[in-house]
Amino acid sequence: MHQPVLNAPLIQLENVDFSWHAKASPSIRSGKLCIDRHEHVFIQGASGSGKSTLLNIIGGIVTPQRGQVEVVGQDFRKIREVQRDRVRADHIGFIFQQFNLIPYLSILENVTLPCRFSDVRRQNAIERSGSVANEAIYLLSRLYSEAKFGFDRNSSELSVGQQQRVAAARALIGQPQLIIADEPTSSLDYDSRQAFMDLLFDEVKTSGSTLLYVSHDPTHQHLFDRVIDMPAISLQDSANL
Amino acid sequence: MNLRLLAWKSLTSRRSTAILTIVSIAVSVVLLLGVEKIRINAQSSFANTISGTDLIVGARSGSIQLLLYSVFRIGNATNNISWKSYQTVAQKKGIKWTIPISLGDSHRGFRVMGTNKDYFSFYQYGQKRNLKLITGKPFNDLFDTVIGSEVARSLSYSVGDEVIISHGTVSTSFSEHKDKPFIISGILEHTGTPVDRTVHVSLEGIEAMHVNWQGLVKKRKVGNILSEANLQPESITAFLIGLDSKIMSFKLQRFINEYTAEPLLAIFPGIALYELWSLMSVAEKALLIISIFVVIASLTGMLAVSLAGLNERRREVAILRSVGASHWHIMGLLITETLLLTLVGILLGIAILYSAIGLGQPIIEANYGLFIPISLPNKREFVMISILLFTGFTVGLIPAYRAYRNSLADGMSTRL
Repeated sequence: MHQPVLNAPLIQLENVDFSWHAKASPSIRSGKLCIDRHEHVFIQGASGSGKSTLLNIIGGIVTPQRGQVEVVGQDFRKIREVQRDRVRADHIGFIFQQFNLIPYLSILENVTLPCRFSDVRRQNAIERSGSVANEAIYLLSRLYSEAKFGFDRNSSELSVGQQQRVAAARALIGQPQLIIADEPTSSLDYDSRQAFMDLLFDEVKTSGSTLLYVSHDPTHQHLFDRVIDMPAISLQDSANL
Repeated sequence: MNLRLLAWKSLTSRRSTAILTIVSIAVSVVLLLGVEKIRINAQSSFANTISGTDLIVGARSGSIQLLLYSVFRIGNATNNISWKSYQTVAQKKGIKWTIPISLGDSHRGFRVMGTNKDYFSFYQYGQKRNLKLITGKPFNDLFDTVIGSEVARSLSYSVGDEVIISHGTVSTSFSEHKDKPFIISGILEHTGTPVDRTVHVSLEGIEAMHVNWQGLVKKRKVGNILSEANLQPESITAFLIGLDSKIMSFKLQRFINEYTAEPLLAIFPGIALYELWSLMSVAEKALLIISIFVVIASLTGMLAVSLAGLNERRREVAILRSVGASHWHIMGLLITETLLLTLVGILLGIAILYSAIGLGQPIIEANYGLFIPISLPNKREFVMISILLFTGFTVGLIPAYRAYRNSLADGMSTRL
């Protein structure tokens, strides 16, 4: 595997222009972002400020029309789409606002899903716990301790809070270098939010992953190393407004 | 990445629509392969009905009609031919053998055929196979009868049993020749031809049975009357000719067709069989076209179900993309799903077809004289199955492409 220079930033975006449709006004214009390894970064922005666009760019799902994107040392302009998919599979764990799980897979199958797409993460999981399933059970027992068994249950039977914790276990399995959480607590009640954040931070610190947390709600800002306002990344062109 | 597992899980989560799709594909497969199986076996059993016979001669009518009643025991002759004409033709040079056929009576739904012993030595079916008795011997006595295997099987007859023959060909005929029962002297080996459903008696037996019949007086003392009667038949229904050399056949055919004393018709069995088969092939083609349309309908149904489900699955696609699935994975997943549905549908269809053949074999054979063996699919059937699978794959490309377009537009976040 290509190992980047350790001191280089994990994510580097420069002069990024992106619009979803050719004729639409850009969602991100002249965007700039730089995130170092092991950093815990909070990105704050109102809805519609281009947060999900940013995540799609970092995940290699879309390529900006202009500008430089470098993730885990890979220049996204220079590699093919399938290779970007590989970077995402190997190095990034996602947690979304809700509906994170594949309804027809069991809890365990959902958690181990990234290891089906990434040999790197499968190897990491096996190295740590002996098998992918063991690693999944280990993560689940930490994040979702009240359910000691029944991981073969269908994920559609879970409450939203439970689903979010399963999603966190899935993002963490195989120790990806980058965890991206997109408003993961917004569908939880206050107590669950607190518990979820604690668990997430515990795990991210244990695995040494970089955390990119995106939210419009500033409640948890104090937990992070750095807070970035979305407008600082996505500079809307005032002429177009 | 094991897409098959994912596809399988996804399908089982939508069990009811998946099962319905599979069933509709299975039904189309049953129809498609069933029609093919019947066609193949009908054709071969057809071509195998008679062989070794060079000409069939009967009263002048249509060649197919003559073939039908003389070989297939279907329908009736409009006219008989006189014994005298038969003898005239039979004594022509170059004729190796003749087999007279006299039809008109029946036994419990099975046709009775009067003939002579040459029938057992010269009649051939399939690949020039002679008739063989599995038990007993050919008819020797006036009231002896040799029955086909299907007659013996369905009526549980064995050698020595009595058979009462009805006048006419209706199985429930009230006028039975009860005073003159026949005794089974032999049972023929299974041939897969109308011979199996025939009760064979001697020409003299037929005559004897009808002695005094016309007066509708059933006298007790049969023996006396029979001894007085002349059992040489006045007429027969048809006769088969075997020649020393095939070169003769056209000349003989012309002689018979131009025979002045009586309007006769001589046909080549091969040509008549072909004519008859081409008549039936219209129906066969219609059946094939219908089954192709059923296949199209079932695949369209699968496509509709797949496309309808696509919108609900945008979230699923986004999740898979987020954990590292490429567009190829997503398309592969959808194609694998339709392929799995098609494959399981085909397998179910084959299973249904074979169990239906297994169960229906005796019924079909008894009613239609068609034996459908449980055999591996032939080349044509394999081609049909492959085309079906390939079409399933092609149909799967459509939702796969749509899912790809959706996922391009959605990225990892979908409008929920």
